[in-house]
Amino acid sequence: MDALLKMLSDFNGDFEDSKPSSKSNINKITGSEAVLESLIAEGVDLVFGYPGGAIMPVYDALYNYRDKLKHILTRHEQGSVHAAQGYARATGKVGVVIATSGPGATNLITGIADANIDSTPIICITGQVPSHLLGTDAFQETDVVGITSPVTKWDFQITSAEAIPEAFAKAFYLARSGRPGPVVIDITKDAQFAEVDFEYKPCKKVRSYFPYPKVDAAKVNEAAELINNAEKPFVVFGQGVILGKAENEFKTFIEKGGIPAAWTLLGLSALDESHPLNVGMLGMHGNYAPNKLTNECDVLIAVGMRFDDRVTGDVNTYAKQAKVIHIELDPAEINKIIKADVAINGDVKDVLPMLTNIIVNKEYGNWLKEFKKLAEIEKEKIINEELHPTKPGLTMGEVIRIISEKTNGEALVVTDVGQHQMIAARYYGFKNSRSFITSGGLGTMGFCLPAAVGAKMGMPDKQVVAVIGDGGFQMTLQELGTILQSGINLKIVILNNDYLGMVRQWQQLFFDKRYSETEMVNPDFVKIASSYNIESEKVSERNNLEAVIEKMLASESSFVLEVKVEKEDNVFPMIPTGASVSDIRLE
Amino acid sequence: MKEEFTISIFTENHIGLLNRVSIIFTRRHINIESITASESEVPGIYRYTVVVNETREQVEKVVKQIEKQVEIFCAFYHRTEEIVYQEIALYKLPTAAISNGLGLEKLIRDNNARILSLEGEFIVIEKTGHKEETQELLKKLQPFNVLEFVRSGRVAMIKQKENLTHTLVELEKTHHSEYKN
Repeated sequence: MDALLKMLSDFNGDFEDSKPSSKSNINKITGSEAVLESLIAEGVDLVFGYPGGAIMPVYDALYNYRDKLKHILTRHEQGSVHAAQGYARATGKVGVVIATSGPGATNLITGIADANIDSTPIICITGQVPSHLLGTDAFQETDVVGITSPVTKWDFQITSAEAIPEAFAKAFYLARSGRPGPVVIDITKDAQFAEVDFEYKPCKKVRSYFPYPKVDAAKVNEAAELINNAEKPFVVFGQGVILGKAENEFKTFIEKGGIPAAWTLLGLSALDESHPLNVGMLGMHGNYAPNKLTNECDVLIAVGMRFDDRVTGDVNTYAKQAKVIHIELDPAEINKIIKADVAINGDVKDVLPMLTNIIVNKEYGNWLKEFKKLAEIEKEKIINEELHPTKPGLTMGEVIRIISEKTNGEALVVTDVGQHQMIAARYYGFKNSRSFITSGGLGTMGFCLPAAVGAKMGMPDKQVVAVIGDGGFQMTLQELGTILQSGINLKIVILNNDYLGMVRQWQQLFFDKRYSETEMVNPDFVKIASSYNIESEKVSERNNLEAVIEKMLASESSFVLEVKVEKEDNVFPMIPTGASVSDIRLE
Repeated sequence: MKEEFTISIFTENHIGLLNRVSIIFTRRHINIESITASESEVPGIYRYTVVVNETREQVEKVVKQIEKQVEIFCAFYHRTEEIVYQEIALYKLPTAAISNGLGLEKLIRDNNARILSLEGEFIVIEKTGHKEETQELLKKLQPFNVLEFVRSGRVAMIKQKENLTHTLVELEKTHHSEYKN
């Protein structure tokens, strides 16, 4: 008991020896300065945000820190949080957002929920009314911790300046360790004004938090046994491969095992799409072969994925014939949707090398041929016409194909949500990890433009292409102002069909073509872009599409390209809601 | 099939944590039958005892979601026969009930209840036991004019020697906290 008490001794975390702050000695600084010093101590050099009353002391302090901390002023707090998400997804670092109390904080909620469901490490710092006014319905007071609890990994309210360094150390550690996620720190205005003896100790442990299970070797052996005896093994992988920075370990694993592998939307780009074992996309609008053959394989190996309903379709008919191996860091995901015959709880980066070590080097020629055969059918029935249409109207697919060809599959592509998102995922042909950024779990329209701003900020040397529908663009188009002010070079492609295309597709297929509130009367997007001083063009004919895309990509500055695509095209294949993966429809 | 489960949750004593736990039930449309909170045998670590009627499968998932919360050490679920549990009930009656000749004294004695407080115009009777027992006494006391009745949530312990300390030592052994990337 004594040893335990020592272990649990009365602190919240295990903090490294004090690291001198960028100020030379321990000294008295304000809470606001402590916030900024904490960010700098964690290696942050870029934050996204929007000022307001309750966060003004932090913004005042920021004025003196402009040389160390770059601040990007978005045009809406939702823009800030999506930008931080884009930054985090592109770089693997923690994205940081600053907003004020009340509406400033509530405007972050969509992005926080998005980051939560897509496991994106971000920290949102929100101002709060002075502590003596908490609970009084003061001006711009909202219960931020209460509101964000359901959609954060951790949230915390600071009411005294002394608590700042420790809370920030803990916030960064929690946001990026284990299964990453969003953290909210709500700081009362009096805590921002008060003085504190600043001393920063990075957090290395939180006593009630167990982010990394030691891998159970017996389970790995069981999995290897199943894999070694399999005749039709099949790997389905998700973002866990990217978050665990285990792309190489993953590639080595499937190559040694000779196992075909298919990706979830968020797993996309973890494995080069031209890899011979990469058999494509899973799920509702994924490829024909991997969906069909999910119900033919004998061992299904799920790596860092959570069996989202968009991936599984009807769970009662999902891979029933197969033994399921689930490799997953978050124990709450194991047996949540699909029961695992062998569950390996651990970081894929730890598990995969252990497994690779003991599996037999194999090849499955006939099994791979089955994937190829179905891929041919999909190509003939869908892909050829989508990428090289014979009809007059432009397709989303041909636009994505040309962008892919001109960027060699090496651009960082950010999408919004809907038909264009599925088309971009299906046809871009990604070569590098972390080069596809999209709102997966939450399906947030309006995500793309600000997320692309954040991604470009994080990867300034990369060609970043934002692919957006006409609907989603209009949800956050004010961020063109952020692009104008920051002067970044971002390529924005609006695939305009004058419809909320995905909803319209469902209405066509499942609601008797009753197009209820999906048709859009759109503004002149070229004029909008030009009012923000952003170069822009509109294309509605095939003959100049390629040239304009080339011009856009070659431009030294941001560019908005509006492409008028066929109004009523549908995305196929498709697994209708509630149907089995093997009932995927080609038309 | 739904049945009664008692969930024991070991937590830090932090503001907002009870909300984090309760919304896990809310989100899944699960009604909490009772909930209690107190410090455990380890100073600084608190325990919640939550009673729900649910399927085992759902309870198992809920417990994992609870354990996922950063400031929760661990959580367990048990069927009623796997635990020792108790509740406490208080009954307020007019003082005159003692002398009205209907045998209140015998009732208190027979039910292992006791008079907790005598306050001039009214008395407060206390009984510990399972819900059925305290409910049964309430029924028997009704003829004496029960002015007020309250029952606590369940407190429970498992019928095994393993305790929190043992679990925490195991958790330390089977996990590491290092952020490597």
